[in-house]
Amino acid sequence: MKTQSQSRFAIGVLKGIAVCVVLILAFLLGYIFITGLPNVSWGFLTKPAKAFQAGGGVGIQLFNSFYLLILAMLISTPIALGAAIYLNEYAKDNWFTSTIRTMIEILSSLPSVVVGLFGFLLFVVQFNYGFSILSGALTLTIFNLPLLTRSMEDSLASVSDDQRQGGLGLGLSKFETITHIVVPAALPGIISGMILSSGRIFGEAAALIYTAGQSAPALNFGDWNPFNIDSPLSPLRPAETLAVHIWKINSEGIMPDLTQVSSGASAVLVLAILIFNLSARYFGRKIFEKMTSAK
Amino acid sequence: MSNLENKKLASQLLKKSKTARYERFGRLISLAALLLIMLVVVSIIVFVASKGISTFTNDHISLKDFFLGTIWNPGTNTPSGHPAVGALPMIIGSFLVTLLAALVATPFAIGTAVYMTEISPKRGAKFLQPVIELLVGIPSVVYGFIGLSVVVPFVRNVFGGSGFGILSGTFVLFVMILPTIVSMTVDALKSVPKYYRQASLALGATTWQTIWKVVLRSATPGILTAIVFGMARAFGEALAVQMVIGNAALMPQSLVSPASTLTSVLTSGMGNTVMGSLQNDALWSLALVLLFMSLFFNLLVHFIGRKGAFKK
Repeated sequence: MKTQSQSRFAIGVLKGIAVCVVLILAFLLGYIFITGLPNVSWGFLTKPAKAFQAGGGVGIQLFNSFYLLILAMLISTPIALGAAIYLNEYAKDNWFTSTIRTMIEILSSLPSVVVGLFGFLLFVVQFNYGFSILSGALTLTIFNLPLLTRSMEDSLASVSDDQRQGGLGLGLSKFETITHIVVPAALPGIISGMILSSGRIFGEAAALIYTAGQSAPALNFGDWNPFNIDSPLSPLRPAETLAVHIWKINSEGIMPDLTQVSSGASAVLVLAILIFNLSARYFGRKIFEKMTSAK
Repeated sequence: MSNLENKKLASQLLKKSKTARYERFGRLISLAALLLIMLVVVSIIVFVASKGISTFTNDHISLKDFFLGTIWNPGTNTPSGHPAVGALPMIIGSFLVTLLAALVATPFAIGTAVYMTEISPKRGAKFLQPVIELLVGIPSVVYGFIGLSVVVPFVRNVFGGSGFGILSGTFVLFVMILPTIVSMTVDALKSVPKYYRQASLALGATTWQTIWKVVLRSATPGILTAIVFGMARAFGEALAVQMVIGNAALMPQSLVSPASTLTSVLTSGMGNTVMGSLQNDALWSLALVLLFMSLFFNLLVHFIGRKGAFKK
């Protein structure tokens, strides 16, 4: 049986390729965690970075990453939800809709460095926000909008039409049906989509280098008035994030423990992404169970 | 009833109800959100394009000098007297790393995807799927850092040179785009109807013949889309490549000599130039080339999709 042995051989080759890929991936994750995690300690996560000496941490960068993430999600969620509602519930199948869909696709495939340069041009230079949290958050919003819109639209589309007919049949207007029935029913998908895109925002660096800046000035964590420039909440201070920090110290850093700091920071980043991924699954399932009383 | 009351009643009845107003309000708000996204896309293209063409309109650089020149040092002249804004080294660098990475990644990605869907779907769904999903999400700076601390020394020891160069960039991009291509190929393979496989096996074809002649054949458009997406990601990737490619804006002499890509020159150069100067304009022209390439990849995906949409 020539074909049989040929088949067995080919499947063996495929298995070999799969094993190769698994080994590469396992090495990657193993390398990140094994070299990185020993450098992560409470002090590392809270201390400010040092430019010339060993022993610096990533405290401010970590705070900046989370602050930017929250701001960007606060701005992009309503816009993406509105756009997704219009696309899925109101839009007719005509040239206007397909043009908009193409545009969203274009936006989602733009290199993040181009989005970052646009943010630099518009927010930093034109609007004169300077290298700041505000510029960074707005740029991240642009970067985030297309994928978030698409995932929200998918979640809305997965709600069955029976639900909409039920709402309309009870005399609700279309928009009331959407806000009271369709969006709550789509909530599990919407929330896991939001968490997944948070992971993407958290690790983004190219869009931030020229918008949120590459420096992390010292912050006064006792002062939470957003109008003071050294307050952690001030939206007009430059804010280097964790991802930008890794890039920055590797391209021009001169601190002696550069490798340790970057591997620790990488491990923290990947760990955060892992938590985002796992919690997206978990919350999606939990909320679904709660809303549908599936359990 | 008096005439006056009638009129009052009529106006009340003819007025839009609260619900109808709410409905119109909601519709307008959601349309406004959509139009905002549209505005953003249009303004990105307009802004980048208007900055990008000023190299040619304001600074009077010829297209030939820009696209075919091989010396990049904006603001100075080449020995032959032309302005030194030749973007060819970066354009070639970008295309080279993208094509090489896609070339290496494709067989690995298709093999893994076939394994995950056709050979061992259980193990694929339970173990490989989540790992691939995690890897899609790993930030590019982390790939860059690993490239810097593992790939560059490896290339230096095995292939010689400084270790920085196209080859290191290819390796890093290969690992970066692998998860993307795998997960999209898996989707394409899963969308092939089950009865295709059953029909083929019932005709006496072996598993391999079914995979090769039926499954892969009918999933080809989806797989091509996956590869184009991977290439688009590789082409636009900035930091990971910038960290390992060496950033020398020279024509690549070999795979292990320092080179540069459009994105790497952009990220390392933009901070050191003054807005409105020739140095700065030339960088924006590179950004414009990047934008055009991204539009081109988009067009390609549309074209493949229209040609080979799966007819159910």
